[in-house]
Amino acid sequence: MKTLKIEELSKNFGSTEVLRKINLEIDEGNFLVLLGPSGCGKSTLLNIIAGLETINEGNVHIDDYNVSKVEPKDRNIAMVFQSYALYPSMNVRENMIFGLKQAKVSKEKIEEQLEKVSKFLQVDALLERKPSQLSGGQRQRVAIGRALVREPRIFLFDEPLSNLDAKLRVEMRREIKKLHQQLKTTVVYVTHDQTEAMSLGTNIAIMNHGVIQQNDTPENIYNKPSNTFVADFIGSPSMNLIKGNLKESSNKVSFVTRGSNIEIPINGYDFKEKSNLDSREVFFGIRPEHIFFKKSNEEDFEINLRADLSEYIGHEQIMTFNFENQEVLAKFPSTVKIDLSKNTKLFFDLTQISLFDAKTEERI
Amino acid sequence: MQDKTHSSYKQLEQKSKYTNMFLRWFLYFVLVIFALYFIFPLYVMVVTSLKTMEEIRQGTLLTWPSGLNFDSWLVAWGGRGYGAGDTFLKPYFWNSIKMVVPAVFFSTFIGAMAGYVLTKWRFKGDKWVFLFLLFGCFIPYQAILLPMARTLGVLGISNSVIGLVLVHTVYGIPFTTLFFRNFYVSIPSELVKAARIDGAGFFKIFFKILLPVSTPIIVVTIIWQFTQIWNDFLFGSTFSFGEAAPIQVALNNMVLSSTSVKEYNVDMASAIIAGIPTLIVYVLAGKYFIRGLTSGAVKG
Repeated sequence: MKTLKIEELSKNFGSTEVLRKINLEIDEGNFLVLLGPSGCGKSTLLNIIAGLETINEGNVHIDDYNVSKVEPKDRNIAMVFQSYALYPSMNVRENMIFGLKQAKVSKEKIEEQLEKVSKFLQVDALLERKPSQLSGGQRQRVAIGRALVREPRIFLFDEPLSNLDAKLRVEMRREIKKLHQQLKTTVVYVTHDQTEAMSLGTNIAIMNHGVIQQNDTPENIYNKPSNTFVADFIGSPSMNLIKGNLKESSNKVSFVTRGSNIEIPINGYDFKEKSNLDSREVFFGIRPEHIFFKKSNEEDFEINLRADLSEYIGHEQIMTFNFENQEVLAKFPSTVKIDLSKNTKLFFDLTQISLFDAKTEERI
Repeated sequence: MQDKTHSSYKQLEQKSKYTNMFLRWFLYFVLVIFALYFIFPLYVMVVTSLKTMEEIRQGTLLTWPSGLNFDSWLVAWGGRGYGAGDTFLKPYFWNSIKMVVPAVFFSTFIGAMAGYVLTKWRFKGDKWVFLFLLFGCFIPYQAILLPMARTLGVLGISNSVIGLVLVHTVYGIPFTTLFFRNFYVSIPSELVKAARIDGAGFFKIFFKILLPVSTPIIVVTIIWQFTQIWNDFLFGSTFSFGEAAPIQVALNNMVLSSTSVKEYNVDMASAIIAGIPTLIVYVLAGKYFIRGLTSGAVKG
């Protein structure tokens, strides 16, 4: 039984297609993050799961039950919003029990739930306050509390941290992670922040233009991006994508850029399909953090590149190198001294590379 | 540019100090002039209403009354006590109250509902509904007099307070809807979504979530509608006459139909009485309005 299953779901607003043939499944207790740039349809998808938006095509199942036409309140879900959406005229207590009162839960049960949740979230001292008298972090806690008292099957989070300042955001991120570890409730979480997605999710679905680009574990999203969009979207700075061709001779594959004699051997790369490789146009992808200034392992590829630009950001520096007139970024500890406009010896960690077809932009 | 010494900065500082002082006094001067200009008619009205006819004939507009003589106020409110031809404000004042209270209530309430629906719920043709409502704001009053008279006739409520309540309610809806729509647009729709997930329905969301935070716009609407309806003369004089007339129509009749001498003191007292309720609404509601705006109740 899947806690949440979405089949062939499509949604359009008028003539604009927002979601196209979405298929998604979540197992009990998992934390799914919907990640993507603004306007990719991730919030719409969340609203559809909640029942706040109608569906044009496809179905949503919760616990194997088709809820596509079920009212939000009957879907056994709870949602935490970006603006917290606390009812301004009610105090914290009334905010938290509003849903239970609507559901005609008995008074004793309501009090019991309220006490349990407010203690758990440490808002029990704030029960009589109005939302306007709370700090950002407290509002966030109350909003989560309002969702918790309902004891839902699925928690829906719609960018819950993006209204908080940087420091508080990191704190609340940890709290949400702890919360999930303790409660083990299924979560669907929408964000555009890749750090949030990486640190919270057991699964990440990366979306763009209403299509899921890759739905995988954080490790696979980072190490084996399924196309150039994912490769580019994840990581900061994002993955270097160097344009060039593959060369295959006597069962040895290598990568060359046009008009250069640099030849990077591709050994031990896990090709999806090892055919038609010779002279194929590809992007050679390597993350800035996988370029080193000294040898890291035997497979490393040694190369001399000219340093053009240095960006100092405290604990590290981002260097821009010239690779046959293509920019290649690398991330080094800020203690390493590298001269600009001079050739520097670099080491590419070839165990960490990705290759993409230049036309389809898919991983090969 | 190097030789701008310390002392030359001192001089510039002095100069700008004098300029600022001059500008400040000039500002006060202009403000006082405007204040006098606006308060002058009120002064004349109050002073004249406290004089006897004898004093009015002898003195000028500006002369101070000999004492606090409220006779003309009593006459304006309650009449002189002789039968026919004695027009006084009291019954018409209550007519106006009976007209203005329900009309303000219904137009505000319907406007709030309509604004809520137009901003928080999507339905087919919602843009057209809003466009037609806007259009309603621009129709000149005179254009609807005849069709409205016919409507009231068919409904059998012409020349009655109820008829006037209906006219003012209908004519107020475009404005009140516009007010509430613009206010509810600024309230996050996530509140409505949260309430829907919590299981609240259409009316519950309106009464429990939105209406409690609407105080500022309710007050604005009440001030606007009260002033419009209380001060209206056109609808009042067209759709009512005699005993059903509102106070503004009665005031007009009183001032124009005096048979003998023009009693300026009574006229002035009547005019002030007719204007007092609006003033009270402004003074009372204005305070709540500012409080509503500054309490920051909407945010969060």
